[in-house]
Amino acid sequence: MTDTVLHLDRISKRFGALLANDAISFAVGRGEIVALLGENGAGKTTLMNILFGHYVADDGSISVFGKPLPAGQPHAAIAAGVGMVHQHFTLADNLTVLDNIMLGTEKLWRPAARKAQARQRLTRLAQDFGLAIEPDRTVAALSVGERQRVEILKALYREARILILDEPTAVLTPQESQSLFATLKKLTAQGLSIIFISHKLNEVLSVSDRILVLRAGKLVAERKTRETNRQELAELMVGRPIAEPKVEPQPCGEVHIEIRSVTTSDGLDQASLTLHGGEIMGLAGVSGNGQTALANLLSGLSRQASGSLHIFGQDAGNWTPDRMTIERIARIPEDRHAEGLIADMSVTENVIAELYRDPSLNRHGFLDWGKAHEFAKAIIKRFEVKCPSPQARVRLLSGGNMQKLILGRTLSLDPRFILACQPARGLDIGAVTYVHQRLLAARKAQASVLLISDDLDEILALADRIAVIYRGRISAPEPRKAVTIKELGLKMAGHGFGEGEAHAA
Amino acid sequence: MRLEPREAPSLALTLAYPTLAILAVFVFAGILVSFSGANPFSVFTLVLKGAAGSQFALFETLTRATPLIFTGLAAAVAFRAKLWNIGAEAQLYMGAVATVVFGTGLLPLPAPLLIPILMIVAAIAGALTLLGPAFLKVRFGVDEVVTTLLLNFIIVLFVSLLLEGPLKDPMGLGWPQTKKVIAEAQLPKLIQGKRLHAGFILALIAAFAVWIINARMALGYEMKAVGFNPRAARFAGMKVDRIMLKTALLSGGLAGLAGLSEVAGLKGNLTLDLSPGFGYAGIVVAMLALLHPLGVVAAAIFVAGIFVGADAMSRQAQVPSYIAQVMVAAALLAMVTALMFTRYRIRWK
Amino acid sequence: MDALDILFSASLWAAAIRIASPLIFATLGELISERAGVLNLGIEGIMTVGAFAGWFTVYQGGDLWLGVVAAALAGSAFGLLHAMLVVPLGLSQHVTGIGITLFAASLTYYTYRLAFPEVTSPPKIEPFAPWPVPVLSDIPFLGEALFRQTPLTYLAFIAAGLVGWFLYRTPAGLAVRTAGENPAAVEAQGIDVTRVRIMAVVAGSALMGIGGAFLTLSAFNSFYFEMVNGRGWIAIALVVFGSWRPGKALLGALLFAAFDAYQLRLQQLAGIFVPYQIFLMLPYALSILALILMSRRASYPRALMIPYRKGER
Repeated sequence: MTDTVLHLDRISKRFGALLANDAISFAVGRGEIVALLGENGAGKTTLMNILFGHYVADDGSISVFGKPLPAGQPHAAIAAGVGMVHQHFTLADNLTVLDNIMLGTEKLWRPAARKAQARQRLTRLAQDFGLAIEPDRTVAALSVGERQRVEILKALYREARILILDEPTAVLTPQESQSLFATLKKLTAQGLSIIFISHKLNEVLSVSDRILVLRAGKLVAERKTRETNRQELAELMVGRPIAEPKVEPQPCGEVHIEIRSVTTSDGLDQASLTLHGGEIMGLAGVSGNGQTALANLLSGLSRQASGSLHIFGQDAGNWTPDRMTIERIARIPEDRHAEGLIADMSVTENVIAELYRDPSLNRHGFLDWGKAHEFAKAIIKRFEVKCPSPQARVRLLSGGNMQKLILGRTLSLDPRFILACQPARGLDIGAVTYVHQRLLAARKAQASVLLISDDLDEILALADRIAVIYRGRISAPEPRKAVTIKELGLKMAGHGFGEGEAHAA
Repeated sequence: MRLEPREAPSLALTLAYPTLAILAVFVFAGILVSFSGANPFSVFTLVLKGAAGSQFALFETLTRATPLIFTGLAAAVAFRAKLWNIGAEAQLYMGAVATVVFGTGLLPLPAPLLIPILMIVAAIAGALTLLGPAFLKVRFGVDEVVTTLLLNFIIVLFVSLLLEGPLKDPMGLGWPQTKKVIAEAQLPKLIQGKRLHAGFILALIAAFAVWIINARMALGYEMKAVGFNPRAARFAGMKVDRIMLKTALLSGGLAGLAGLSEVAGLKGNLTLDLSPGFGYAGIVVAMLALLHPLGVVAAAIFVAGIFVGADAMSRQAQVPSYIAQVMVAAALLAMVTALMFTRYRIRWK
Repeated sequence: MDALDILFSASLWAAAIRIASPLIFATLGELISERAGVLNLGIEGIMTVGAFAGWFTVYQGGDLWLGVVAAALAGSAFGLLHAMLVVPLGLSQHVTGIGITLFAASLTYYTYRLAFPEVTSPPKIEPFAPWPVPVLSDIPFLGEALFRQTPLTYLAFIAAGLVGWFLYRTPAGLAVRTAGENPAAVEAQGIDVTRVRIMAVVAGSALMGIGGAFLTLSAFNSFYFEMVNGRGWIAIALVVFGSWRPGKALLGALLFAAFDAYQLRLQQLAGIFVPYQIFLMLPYALSILALILMSRRASYPRALMIPYRKGER
């Protein structure tokens, strides 16, 4: 490494009791792709937010191209040539691509923006790097892949020489990811340096030159990509040997869920799927292809425009969320902050949210808070939720404990069917393992489980059968043993979903 | 700068900031008062005397607090569910209209029957007035703040129309006012010869009832959940729209009772100056009470005291009685700011 | 004259434009604020302050234009208070806005009573006189309707053009629009969201202040209690009606004012059969109707009323 473009020196950052970054030092060279690997909560995003000036480090310093970078000033980072593509895109949906790209590139108090010039420059950049884009479309009309392209162009437009990508493939198909990797190679060929943040081992291995492993806020290892392998990285990342969950084979039971050719206004298109008791069905797909619509349908939040839904042999087309609860259907929502919990209410108030209508808690409209507290205590104990007391506000809980609370609430229904949407998203390995064990235990008790996940590894580890959702349609499920990642990737890109749609990759 | 939530604010802190806020309001008002050339301390002494310096003053304050308890409860119930009812003024007037329509002789019933009936019709009238905006909110997503505000103007004009038309008192010498309610419709005075009336007791009962609803009943729990996170409430199986409409009925009904209490308890008839902004002051009362129904009673008495005290003060000192409204509005802003600081701390990096 | 003839009289349209002027200022002010993501319910009180500050400055011997400046400054001062509470502190924009309205209005009334303890009829000033635009004012019909207004009315139209230019043609306007759509995008470009939002609210409040001053410096010649009379709330409805676009909002204000002017004349015609209160209700009812009609397609700023806290998602 002759040409160091970026140097981080003993960066530390503490949030309350949590030491998010503990004296992290490393350097990045010109034209290099460095991967920053670590589990959720290992401190990757915090570190990058410090580099980009969103946070101020408690200790340590950063230099870019040999010059010290002032702390806490995003515009200083941009001016020094650092560009960041956030995991959640920082685009304004109702504005055009050009507006999004121009924001902040001119002196704010110019009496008129130079749009024509900007359009020209953008078009040239897009050609140079092979990132086709239409400047005048609104961002809302773009696909996820295109939006990411806008984000990258945004950084390039600001003459970024160091590009940080935070979990860039989370929303892409395997094939789209491949095309992103090709773009990154093109960028490094032109002398840019790239920091690639991810928790996915396969991608990190295929795209990077060098890998830095972060664990619990510490930089625990550094490896040349050529000289390491999946197993070693996994153990470095988790800090101990990891055991894949054991899925005992078992015969599946009777039909629980039968979705027949359902179309909904929010994204399902003649989708069909059948689930049996005692099986875990994995539903793979690029996010935004109708997973939310399917979850809404099975949660009782939306209705089918056509087709039919049967649950346990009954017509469930007009079931509401409270009916789902009565029928002992456990629902783990995709977004635990927005849908799962009410952050400003107490643990007790949250755990009774699905059950408070039940006569055991509710007598003529009056709630039995004594029983409710006991119920909360029981869940806290049984599901090992770390919280000060049942009266504590849920906002103060960690992500993993929030998820345990949701699990506790919904699994206390003694469910016959579990709808699990992204159940492990954002959790650390310990919590993930816990959630997976619970799902497997439910399967053993002859419940049916629909596991909707963006994470192929999760689906491949747990599911008995796997189906793919693409543009609101669901493929015929296949046994886990019979599918490969490559085949799944192709399906996720639309292959096999009928003529005229296979070009989507 | 950014705000960081406090994990468990101590009791001292929870009390310190609001106290500081009220203190700040008095300092600010003191500065304003000094512009008039008067000594702030003697002015505030006059306010205090006017509000609580004698038995008469105390009864006046409680009499003024009565409608404020009702409108304060109306705001507290609605705001807890994040239904921004700024239309208590309109609901109060509709409650008063209903009281006059049914209480001026249409129903010749004895008091024990007539008064409960009047309470029901006044509450219904107020409730229905808010039901419209609430329906527009849940059905079309129309912001209820603006609709309830605009409705205040419409309803006051409507009342004006009634006072010059169908409800006009033929014996009123041409004044825009209604007939007096019949004797059986009048709320009894609590003490012979004083203005304080049974409406005050009704207000206390209402506050207690709302407290029970909030703390013990499923509806209170639902309203709180819907207020904090309607999406999560819906996911958990609550019927959010229906709960919103129930909240509107409860809130509007409480404001409607304020109209009944003023007409049947105090004024006897309906005029266009029945409410000097009780609806808006109710918002302040609710916020000062941190939306707690029992706190509403205390806050209403406090706010009423400022109004009554300032009225008495302005008769003696050359300070406009508008100082009371300034103080009440400043108290609202100071209190919401203080609450912020009990829950968050500022970090400068 | 019958109901139809009124529609074709130049005086109707001249009146419409006069009635529209304060609404245009107020609507533009609210629009800038909301485009940056901040609802300003202080508008009614801020207009009251503006009306008083403008009038009082002139009453004290100041120039009329100095009165306009005073109104803008007074308006922006209360705008700053609102902004400080809801932007960096993230307080409820609903409650704070209502609080600002109550605070600004009551402070105005207190000051007025302090300055004029005992007046039977409100003191008067010499307001803006109509200023016929040379040549243009001689055009038949159009000249009378459009070009014989007071200077503040012309300023209202110029302000609409400037606000449109600012929002869509300048880098700062782009920052304001983005702050109302996705503040994180603004922050990611190294621009301070808090500052952008505060400045938008303050600038918008200055316009609201001028809108209030139009009432005392142009439409009437003295200050009355309750004289704003819901115009602020109507402006909020007009922002929705105009889909948060200055051009459409201007059109909405004109349409609304034309209707108002028309009903005033109709009232004289039909006043015997229909109680006058019905006519007076119409503007408010119309505003509610406009909100309902636009609710389905309203493309509101996505981050409206959502406080932005650094580092939170």
